[in-house]
Amino acid sequence: MIEIELDGRKVSVAPGSMVMHAADAAGTYIPHFCYHKKLSIAANCRMCLVEVEKAPKPMPACATPVTQGMVVRTKSAKAIQAQKSVMEFLLINHPLDCPICDQGGECQLQDLAVGYGASASRYEEEKRVVFHKDVGPLISMEEMTRCIHCTRCIRFGQEVAGVMELGMIHRGEHSEITTMLGNTIDSELSGNMIDICPVGALTSKPFRYSARTWELQRRKSISPHDSNGSNLVVQVKSGRVMRVVPLENEDVNECWITDRDRFSYEALNSDQRLTQPMLKQGGQWQVVDWNTALAYVADGLKRVMAEFGTAEIGAVGSPRGTVEELHLLARIVRGLGSANVDVRGRHADAGNLAADGRARWLGTSIASLTQLDRAFVVGSFLRKDHPLFAQRIRQAARHGAQVHSLHAVHDDWLLPLASRMTAAPSGWAAALAEVAAAVAAAKGVAAPLAAQATETAQAIAASLMSGERKAVLLGNAAAQHPQAGELLALAHWIAEQCGASVGYLGEGANSVGAQLVGAVPRDGGLSAAQMLAQPMKALLLLDVDPLFDAADAAAARAALQASGLVVALTAFKDHSVDHADVLLPIAPFTETSGTFVNAEGRAQSFTGVVKPLGEVRPAWKVLRVLGGLLGLDGFDQDSSEAVRAQALGDLDLLAQRLDNTPSQAAAASGTRAGLERVADVPIYASDSLVRHAPSLQLTADARPPLAGLSSALWRQLGLQPGDKVLISQGQAVAVLPAQEDRSLAATAVRIAAGHPATLALGPMFGPLNVEKA
Amino acid sequence: MCNSDEGEPGTCKDRDLLRFNPHMVIEGMAIAAYAMGIRTGYNYIHGEIFEIYQRFEEALDEARAAGFLGDRILGSDFSFQLHAFHGFGAYICGEETALLESLEGKKGQPRFKPPFPASFGLYGKPTTINNTETFAAVPWIINHGGQAYLECGKPNNGGTKIFSVVGDVNRPGNFEVPMGTPFAKLLELAGGVKGGALKAVIPGGSSAPVLPAGVMMDITMDYDAIAKAGSMLGSGAVIVMNDSRCMVRSLMRLSYFYQHESCGQCTPCREGTGWLWRLVDRIEHGKGRPEDLDVLDSVAENIKGRTICALGDAAAMPVQGMLKHFRDEFVHHVEHKSCKVGRSA
Repeated sequence: MIEIELDGRKVSVAPGSMVMHAADAAGTYIPHFCYHKKLSIAANCRMCLVEVEKAPKPMPACATPVTQGMVVRTKSAKAIQAQKSVMEFLLINHPLDCPICDQGGECQLQDLAVGYGASASRYEEEKRVVFHKDVGPLISMEEMTRCIHCTRCIRFGQEVAGVMELGMIHRGEHSEITTMLGNTIDSELSGNMIDICPVGALTSKPFRYSARTWELQRRKSISPHDSNGSNLVVQVKSGRVMRVVPLENEDVNECWITDRDRFSYEALNSDQRLTQPMLKQGGQWQVVDWNTALAYVADGLKRVMAEFGTAEIGAVGSPRGTVEELHLLARIVRGLGSANVDVRGRHADAGNLAADGRARWLGTSIASLTQLDRAFVVGSFLRKDHPLFAQRIRQAARHGAQVHSLHAVHDDWLLPLASRMTAAPSGWAAALAEVAAAVAAAKGVAAPLAAQATETAQAIAASLMSGERKAVLLGNAAAQHPQAGELLALAHWIAEQCGASVGYLGEGANSVGAQLVGAVPRDGGLSAAQMLAQPMKALLLLDVDPLFDAADAAAARAALQASGLVVALTAFKDHSVDHADVLLPIAPFTETSGTFVNAEGRAQSFTGVVKPLGEVRPAWKVLRVLGGLLGLDGFDQDSSEAVRAQALGDLDLLAQRLDNTPSQAAAASGTRAGLERVADVPIYASDSLVRHAPSLQLTADARPPLAGLSSALWRQLGLQPGDKVLISQGQAVAVLPAQEDRSLAATAVRIAAGHPATLALGPMFGPLNVEKA
Repeated sequence: MCNSDEGEPGTCKDRDLLRFNPHMVIEGMAIAAYAMGIRTGYNYIHGEIFEIYQRFEEALDEARAAGFLGDRILGSDFSFQLHAFHGFGAYICGEETALLESLEGKKGQPRFKPPFPASFGLYGKPTTINNTETFAAVPWIINHGGQAYLECGKPNNGGTKIFSVVGDVNRPGNFEVPMGTPFAKLLELAGGVKGGALKAVIPGGSSAPVLPAGVMMDITMDYDAIAKAGSMLGSGAVIVMNDSRCMVRSLMRLSYFYQHESCGQCTPCREGTGWLWRLVDRIEHGKGRPEDLDVLDSVAENIKGRTICALGDAAAMPVQGMLKHFRDEFVHHVEHKSCKVGRSA
């Protein structure tokens, strides 16, 4: 440790630290703009100039390494004079926009101008002006004249988002920040640039001019989207959610959130919100009151049970449902004597479950991802499915981590990959078997399966056998795979032999929590994929839209048409209307209390931040009443905390219930010849909230998906850019524009799931035919 | 690394060294590389003298063909690859770390120091950077010895210096003279003042503060004497001005140069150079106000010492030099909205 004297006090920091870090440690604030603890040092704003004894000129605190015995004065006359002069320079070209600038009230320039600025300007020359830019629906760059050239946005793109979308063109006072000549900003983490911009140059387009920061109440919440469990601050004015920004939690989301977390709030105020219970009577939808609706549901369920028994009664929830909702949903199903409850609508392999009461999880802490030396990512669309995990792994890779990917297609993750193993989905188990064989050969142990390891497999094996902190990470496609159990068995073997953790990145905010509360089928119950693919006599849907959320959209449509009583607990009325019989308006995450357990097994609870709209009720309350109406035991809880206690038990014991032990032996069945599908779920089609968020739907990532064809197939069909193809899976057909993707395995065809453009098609995995259309 | 960016206004010595004797620079760099155990070198030549860059490439080819550069030079164990690189027209690339950035293919913006190029230089490798003239002096020193070189000059100011004498002189050009040569002698070598009496001299490139004729005629051309007089030897560009030159107009042109060349990275220079130029521009064009002179001095003072590189200081010092020695001309422009010297704007 190095000890310096800062403003008369002794402070100790690690060698290599800057004076700024020492000031942080001492609790001293040094004014700054370009410095950010998560970004590289730029030292260009010069606001942090401080006096260092024996130095002839003031030194920037952010870029001055500490030396033993250094004496620093951050508030001496020399330091203050330097800081004031920099503030004066910043203000001479800065437009006097405060009254009309969104940043007013939360602006670093304003705040520091109060401390370090003069009360009147002595600049009487012309001010330079910068033309506005249109960079997409999320970030507003209407007033780039306000930019103070701190370059935080540039460095964020280069270092955190992995792609430099903003850069500085021209020179001197003509310097301006822009995208590559007319492009939009497309990164899934781009909204964070709004937070880090210290002035009102980069602001939120959806939020523009809608409220002043001091009018907003700030309430904590947890993201209902991906499995990271990002901590949020939801800002509310007059009972309406106006904005969402990150709440810093170093171990979970650091100081970032994804654009999905940030902008999905627009859906909360959508006119597609379901606000009244509705019943379909005589083919017409009627608005009814809760008593009528719930009595109808209870009666309906009882009649189905009496006539058909419980084998075809089921409930499908979402991996984004809260612990409380899913616990009560499972309780209702089991109370009725059925075992058919599940949240894994996309999973083709029903059997891949942890033991009763235990849950598949990430296998390591989220924070540890940043420290990895080696990572083997299997079957994952890492960047778009898990933007913040990808960011952490990106940081690890910047520090030399070797990252390998096994997949049918290799999207650009914006990080250096050490190896790419390419195989169509039916060949993933065989590919893992190759890696395992290579590990076995190197270690002199028996391989789990006989396999001939290719060069790539050997390279991955060698990499995983070196290094200290390693992880094998299974993505959503690996979890949804028809041989998911086999993949886990092989991945588990490899990880164990190499001293690596093994786990699932996680499909939703509460994938782990859903398993812990038993919202998964036991005792031979039907899985969600099965329930959605066959006609059920009674089906409860909790925030699930079968066409969008099932493994097989065509089968889901056919099944629903032949189903009996379909009760949809949903926050939106548009998609569900076609096939449900009852619509019960439930609360999205902002209008209910609840708990999510994130991928690392961290239970995070939140309370509602606004009152439910209209007749909307928290789903847990709806299910509590329903359970009571059905005459079942255990539906008398008077608070969501009571439900949570019942559902999760002792939170300190959760860690012991996280378990990635495979439920079957290693095998590599299922490799097939012929074309087969690989399906991603586009980032802004992943759940009902984002589908209804208008600004997100205008982004580049929300464009309708194309059919991705391998180079071999592209040539075989004689296609040109702009051509369309006819895709068929059995009777399910769709016509899509096609594009060549050189990273695709030869027999894999990439067709996204969960998007209107592909809803006519069948299973996410399996054989398909492609013809030129 | 040889810094042949020679952007300092008034300076043209490196250009002529490269044009007329590139092999002396090549030899100097090879000797320096040998001394420091360096195997790769670059000569960064500024883009405005493209023909010179082409000539230097030809000289490199000649040197390689003759076995003076490349692998196992002259049959020894010493290998040294020397490459030429040309800039694209930016004064700031004469700043050594901006030069490194430009060479690496990035925007020519200076890096903050520490770390210094000696520990983290080109592509992060330890790098030494010297000026063209410095490398060109090396062969003579090896042949005649360091002591002999030092004795050419004065104590603490050894050796010779090439001065680019430009402006109002009859024979502008580059003159290599011993350090400590009286300015009067140098002026004589350059054919004496042209077009009027000597009024002012900028002794070391535009970034050096101006000195009035009276002071200049009494000093010798070396670091110590010029520093004692309140300026600096700088690049050795001696800009001579006669009494028909308006100091306000001269300062305007100088300030415009720095505003134009500022890289824009750090706040005081990016904003301040524009402010300085606009103030002087107004004063030159008869729109100055009495308080402008104090603001001018204050802004210059606020830039100094607070920037990432010396361009900020380089912009500020001419302002303060002019105000110190020729304030009366500025006051005249403000009060009378016209030029004391009589040249029209």
